[in-house]
Amino acid sequence: MPAVQETVEQVRRIDVDQYKYGFETVIESEKAPKGLSEDTIRFISAKKGEPAWMLEWRLSAYRRWLTMREPTWARVHYPKIDYQDLYYYAAPKRKTAPKSLDEIDPEILKTYEKLGIPLREQEILAGVVREDGSAPSRVAVDAVFDSVSVATTFKEELKKAGVVFMPISEAIREHPDLVKAYLGSVVPVSDNFFATLNSAVFSDGSFVYVPPGVRCPMELSTYFRINEKNTGQFERTLIIADKGSYVSYLEGCTAPMRDENQLHAAVVELVALDDAEIKYSTVQNWYPGDAEGRGGIFNFVTKRGDCRGPRSKISWTQVETGSAITWKYPSCILRGDDSRGEFYSIAISNGRQQVDSGTKMLHLGRNTTSRIISKGIAAGQSNNTYRGLVSAHRRAQGARNFTNCDSLLIGSRCGAHTVPYIESKNASAVFEHEATTSKISEEMLFYCMQRGLSAEEATALVVNGFVRDVLQQLPMEFAVEAQKLISISLEGSVG
Amino acid sequence: MSGVPMLEIRNLSVKVGDRPILNGLDLAVNAGEVHAIMGPNGAGKSTLAHVLAGKAGYEVTGGEVLFNGEDLLALSPDERAARGVFLAFQYPLEIPGVATMTFLRTALNAQRKKRGEAELTTPEFMKRVRDSAARLGIEQEMLRRPVNVGFSGGEKKRNEVLQMALLEPKLCVLDETDSGLDIDALKIVADGVNRLRSPDRSFVVITHYQRLLDHIVPDVVHVLSKGRIVRTGDASLALELEAKGYAAFQDEAA
Repeated sequence: MPAVQETVEQVRRIDVDQYKYGFETVIESEKAPKGLSEDTIRFISAKKGEPAWMLEWRLSAYRRWLTMREPTWARVHYPKIDYQDLYYYAAPKRKTAPKSLDEIDPEILKTYEKLGIPLREQEILAGVVREDGSAPSRVAVDAVFDSVSVATTFKEELKKAGVVFMPISEAIREHPDLVKAYLGSVVPVSDNFFATLNSAVFSDGSFVYVPPGVRCPMELSTYFRINEKNTGQFERTLIIADKGSYVSYLEGCTAPMRDENQLHAAVVELVALDDAEIKYSTVQNWYPGDAEGRGGIFNFVTKRGDCRGPRSKISWTQVETGSAITWKYPSCILRGDDSRGEFYSIAISNGRQQVDSGTKMLHLGRNTTSRIISKGIAAGQSNNTYRGLVSAHRRAQGARNFTNCDSLLIGSRCGAHTVPYIESKNASAVFEHEATTSKISEEMLFYCMQRGLSAEEATALVVNGFVRDVLQQLPMEFAVEAQKLISISLEGSVG
Repeated sequence: MSGVPMLEIRNLSVKVGDRPILNGLDLAVNAGEVHAIMGPNGAGKSTLAHVLAGKAGYEVTGGEVLFNGEDLLALSPDERAARGVFLAFQYPLEIPGVATMTFLRTALNAQRKKRGEAELTTPEFMKRVRDSAARLGIEQEMLRRPVNVGFSGGEKKRNEVLQMALLEPKLCVLDETDSGLDIDALKIVADGVNRLRSPDRSFVVITHYQRLLDHIVPDVVHVLSKGRIVRTGDASLALELEAKGYAAFQDEAA
């Protein structure tokens, strides 16, 4: 990766200028006391310099959360989480952070190598903190992902278009009216146990506002947002596409991310007004745990889009390969007449991973349409569940849905499950559901191997063919990375 | 012919489950030769093809197979492929979602990588595919379709020969390549195979019928019965078989 290395070197040379461009390297040394209380929430809110209304919002969420119980309906099993034994606002933990790559699981390092990630980037992904307490690769990573020129031209171009793209903590201060109007309007504070928890303690996330009639001039990627690193485990994202606008947002990273925090509970809210379109793509590759499933991330995410205006459209595309537990149902509320929701998903589980993921398409408006294409791949001893709801409200005259759920099993110790719920209160609604479950056949693998592919290459090829319909929905460069990631995720699943 | 055969099968015995299929089969194929193996259903023809390519589910209970002096049976199917063993399947598999072009490229590069050769550049690769495809009457559109999905019987077999041409194997095993082909398709496929004949490439052509051998003229013809070679002769043996039927030769095996 000489080009990347060069960029890294370049930015190191201009190190002194880093503050000018808004790079932040100050290490926060304070942290909130362990456990969750009103004091913790006041502490978080104060650290972020939030206005009073935001603190009140958080506190009301917290009070609500105290009355709620953790859901148990998903097909996932994990030890009970002690919510009083977690940190909700913490600086990087120096004592526990690895001091060099020597301390990192060699399996992870191998994966980094395969993905072609430069050494300095590997360090930050693995959460290395050097002896002197610095996070050395931070600038380099920002440089690789955010190289100064990219970051600046990118910001200027967005500004010209009138697009607001910033951390949500900044938006709370700079665009309070927008945040007040939309935050919690798609995923209400009381929505579910994990979303409510997030509302009380969310750390940071992205805020996007696209003004009326504007087509956002570039794909918005978390890669490009400075200081993305510390958004932490309770991410909160809010995207608003005003009338007639369009935005495509990419979230996540194909590199395996390690985190000290085992519990992740993010909330993403999308609002599409009249004729607006939002395309939201995710690649999730959090640490899945070791071979026995120990230490992996628990990922409880609430993602929901509201097609609020007529003819609006929201499209979710996800590639899920990481985490020990994935509990995630990116959904669309099809409120506006003639609005459209889409969900394209690839969920791969290997080892001891447990995935319970799917979508909800709630048809409220007339002539609303939705499309669900879900590809679940289970290998190793993993369990992979598709859980989905398609419903038509009484008013939803002419609602249409097409659902296709395909599951592929690799080996004989994994499980694939499909749990589709269909509810129609309108006789004119037309819902179609197709589902298949197949196993990668020995014959097919042999055919590929006879042509020179190893067992793993053959599996990856067959799987990539299986998920092709969904991969095609991803932006080009993301699709290439995702394809590579799929091959890596399935390593060790055959033979 | 030089001293060591390219393929040497000595006293090979193979079981599937409890059922013996090959019973002490001997066969030697020199570089550049085309050997036809004929025999009735159940004689063990496809088993021989599968065992040479390394398919799972067959238990070798005795004998050995040497490929250019190397123990072929010790290698995995992909290693055999990289050494130059190619099997044209009787029933080529369908791989949904994988474009034929992608498949060809993945296979070629996988083999080159195993042999320590550089991957082909895209223009080089495209040129090779186009040339080979054109000679087999394969349209570009077919190369964009998923591997064998929705292909006619003739297209599938042509696709096998295209892969053979592209991968440039040393030993080509054709497992009933003529099955399911009409006369025109048979001719295209046979011409494709004949173009690949060369002094350093050998063929083992497995077939029920003489008609394929009208187009691919063998140097040697073997009759396989009950898991053994019971007669060996030149191309005229195939005609004799056609006239007399297999029954006459099965008696010889007994």
